[in-house]
Amino acid sequence: MAGNNPNAKPMNLTLRVWRQRSRQSDGQLVDYQVKDISPEMSFLEMLDVLNENLLHKGEEPVAFDHDCREGICGSCNLFINGRAHGPEPGTTTCQLHMRKFSDGDTIVIEPWRAAAFPVNKDLSVDRSAFDRIIQAGGYVSVNTGGVPDANEIPIPKNIADRAFDAATCIGCGACVAACKNASAMLFVSAKVSQLALLPQGQVERKTRVENMVAQMDKEGFGACSNIGSCAAECPVGISLENIAILNREFLNAKATSNNLA
Amino acid sequence: MKLEAKIPEGPLAEKWEKHKFNVKLVNPANKRKYDVIVVGTGLAGASAAASLAELGYNVKAFSFHDSPRRAHSIAAQGGINAAKNYQNDGDSVYRLFYDTIKGGDYRAREANVYRLAQVSVNIIDQCVAQGVPFAREYGGLLANRSFGGAQVSRTFYARGQTGQQLLLGAYSALSRQIAYGKVKMYTRTEMLDLVVVDGQARGIVTRNLITGEIQTHAAHAVLLCTGGYGNVFYLSTNAKYSNATAAWRAHKKGAYFANPCFTQIHPTCIPVSGDYQSKLTLMSESLRNDGRVWVPKTVEMAERLRAGQIRVADIAEEDRDYFLERKYPAFGNLVPRDVASRNAKMMCDEGRGVGQSGLAVFLDFADAIKRNGADWVSQKYGNLFAMYEKITGEDPYQQPMRIYPAVHYTMGGLWVDYNLQTTVPGLYALGECNFSDHGANRLGASALMQGLADGYFVIPYTLGDYLAQTAPKPVTTEHAAFQEAEAQVRERINKLISINGTRTPTEFHKALGHIMWEYCGMARTAEGLRYAKQAIQQLRKEFWTDLKVVGVNEELNQTLEAAGRVADFLELGELMVDDALNRDESCGGHFREEYQTPEGEALRDDENFAYVAAWEYQGDNVPEALHKEDLAFENVKLTQRSYK
Repeated sequence: MAGNNPNAKPMNLTLRVWRQRSRQSDGQLVDYQVKDISPEMSFLEMLDVLNENLLHKGEEPVAFDHDCREGICGSCNLFINGRAHGPEPGTTTCQLHMRKFSDGDTIVIEPWRAAAFPVNKDLSVDRSAFDRIIQAGGYVSVNTGGVPDANEIPIPKNIADRAFDAATCIGCGACVAACKNASAMLFVSAKVSQLALLPQGQVERKTRVENMVAQMDKEGFGACSNIGSCAAECPVGISLENIAILNREFLNAKATSNNLA
Repeated sequence: MKLEAKIPEGPLAEKWEKHKFNVKLVNPANKRKYDVIVVGTGLAGASAAASLAELGYNVKAFSFHDSPRRAHSIAAQGGINAAKNYQNDGDSVYRLFYDTIKGGDYRAREANVYRLAQVSVNIIDQCVAQGVPFAREYGGLLANRSFGGAQVSRTFYARGQTGQQLLLGAYSALSRQIAYGKVKMYTRTEMLDLVVVDGQARGIVTRNLITGEIQTHAAHAVLLCTGGYGNVFYLSTNAKYSNATAAWRAHKKGAYFANPCFTQIHPTCIPVSGDYQSKLTLMSESLRNDGRVWVPKTVEMAERLRAGQIRVADIAEEDRDYFLERKYPAFGNLVPRDVASRNAKMMCDEGRGVGQSGLAVFLDFADAIKRNGADWVSQKYGNLFAMYEKITGEDPYQQPMRIYPAVHYTMGGLWVDYNLQTTVPGLYALGECNFSDHGANRLGASALMQGLADGYFVIPYTLGDYLAQTAPKPVTTEHAAFQEAEAQVRERINKLISINGTRTPTEFHKALGHIMWEYCGMARTAEGLRYAKQAIQQLRKEFWTDLKVVGVNEELNQTLEAAGRVADFLELGELMVDDALNRDESCGGHFREEYQTPEGEALRDDENFAYVAAWEYQGDNVPEALHKEDLAFENVKLTQRSYK
């Protein structure tokens, strides 16, 4: 059934998919044919079709990460035809729809490629490095209870809005995948900016940036060479300006903080 | 076993304060002697794990996601309610309490709901202190908006991503405790069973989703914060991995399941476009402020529209039926969720639905655009219009949106007392996983409130009371109960893998979802429910003889994961049907066609059904035992809801 558009014609596609049994094993690209794909399908629903076909043939389905399928959880992470989350700007893989492709296309599907994101299996990668960076300082150290009334911390609207823009990062890792150096600077800068802009973040402002950057380096992410692929491919539009803020915050902290950690 | 809600004595407004004073405390040095397991790290779980670790408990937290930041709490759009009365518009703790009780169609516990309203104000303070970027006015103070079922503006929000920002706040607090070593975090780890020793919850059995390793973990108490079970219906607004397995396994180990038939169907979702559809996407309730809901006046015209013989623009104004405005002139398009959903279904059942499938109604912004301009509409709803366009390929500025109701939230869940403890001592349920606060229908912006209330401000008090009073003895995973539970888990996995039939977990899940949606969805009848019960039993038999799973346990195997979850849904689905069949009345999201007013509205039976239905597992393929907790309404008067 072709959804709401009576003119939508089903497509036949060749999928060239990265298959890798485990972190230790070697991987390779394997070709699969899928038929009668509706243009109304999401990209992941197209993969669901492939996987159901494979199951019926007794072959192992392709492992891939996904969950909310509405562009907010940050689980999905496919590198499609050489682009993080595929050809449509400002879109996660789960929100990409097959009407962006044409009958007869060959689509290459790979996992994120980065030393800091080892492959679990097929298209699923381990992004726990991001969690460890947040654990290094991506928070305001307040315990539950004993905090002031919410309106005792007035924040100018434009500052709150800018902090919000940085806070919308979904932690998918597209910035790392898009970067030729596999740098995590956009991810780290989004959290550093959010908390550096807000009054709540001032107390730990310097130690936070130093510790988060140190953890980023330890995880094996590459350096930033200011090309901007990260921001161009970010599905939620995290601005490159955040990296400038991160650099400033970091230099300032290095020059003036007493952080001995 | 008699259900004891353990509601504190005294006037409603003083119960929680008195209770907090009366609970036994664990002194700071002793807290570090206690281990607590938290399963699920969404809003309820992350806030509970962080808060308990801050107090000094040793916490082990488990998530099947690759990071706690991916929990489905993240997808909540609209906002979070709190009785701050910052707008000076007459809000109060009592008003939030009253609205929530009424919105739940008088099927929630007064004392719990009042406490929820009380702590709502602390939640906002906590989140702001964490750096959650709520929307603000130009003066720098917090902004509010209004939501369904309330006449005041008490909803705090962060654009259309409130759930994301609140979850990231709780995640940051949790991350800090992980860094301190007070929380040991297990990601990509799924709970597959509860371990009960001498009648107390003492641990869990888990599977590492990457390696397949089965592990056992012991503790002094177990908290389930594992969300709702809307995915019983296969298609819902829930995330794909959202499931009932942890709660269902606990149910089979003695935790009663309360009001399972109370499910919320949200009226404004993007309709199903094909049988490959994997999930449904919500369009925020706020759209009904400016969108007008309609279908063609005649079946004949709807048929021609569906066949593509005429276009929307060809339908004259007088041939459009704005059915909500016609039937409910006082509330119009802003009737509550259950009423809006039921009416959309009625129109489609009459054959007047739109879209190729005929299972959709229009949500039309033409008047709003004509009145205020496309820019105004874009500023208010731009992100939602963009999302709609992305999914459907249609431009809602040019033609009306097509919407249809979809399963969104489950008010039912594990039965808990006032302390959030289930019927298994030492086992607690928080957030959507429990049944406690929303009665038969949840109001918008109240799910986030409840998850964080339970985790930040309730469990830190009530868990201490349990530990101080019972002082559970040391138990290790060497205990026979752990060995037994682990063996059962292994046996079950082996069975799922070895059936080697012909149908995939997804095919069984879709078949179950179809039964649930047709017979236990928006409108239910005794006859339909009886049919559904035997259809589910039949499907379950087929599942255990004809399931196909490829691959092994010792690797990432998403088919195996799905199979285990579908197996549990196949049991829970039948209990939902039993519960719906037992409740011979209509209330909130539970609409039995036999029980309606002459105008087609829900007809409650307070005389016979003002109770919580708590079900006790009795064994596989044996009917569950019903226990009733009578609901006493001492502060609000039960009335018929009317929106005419």
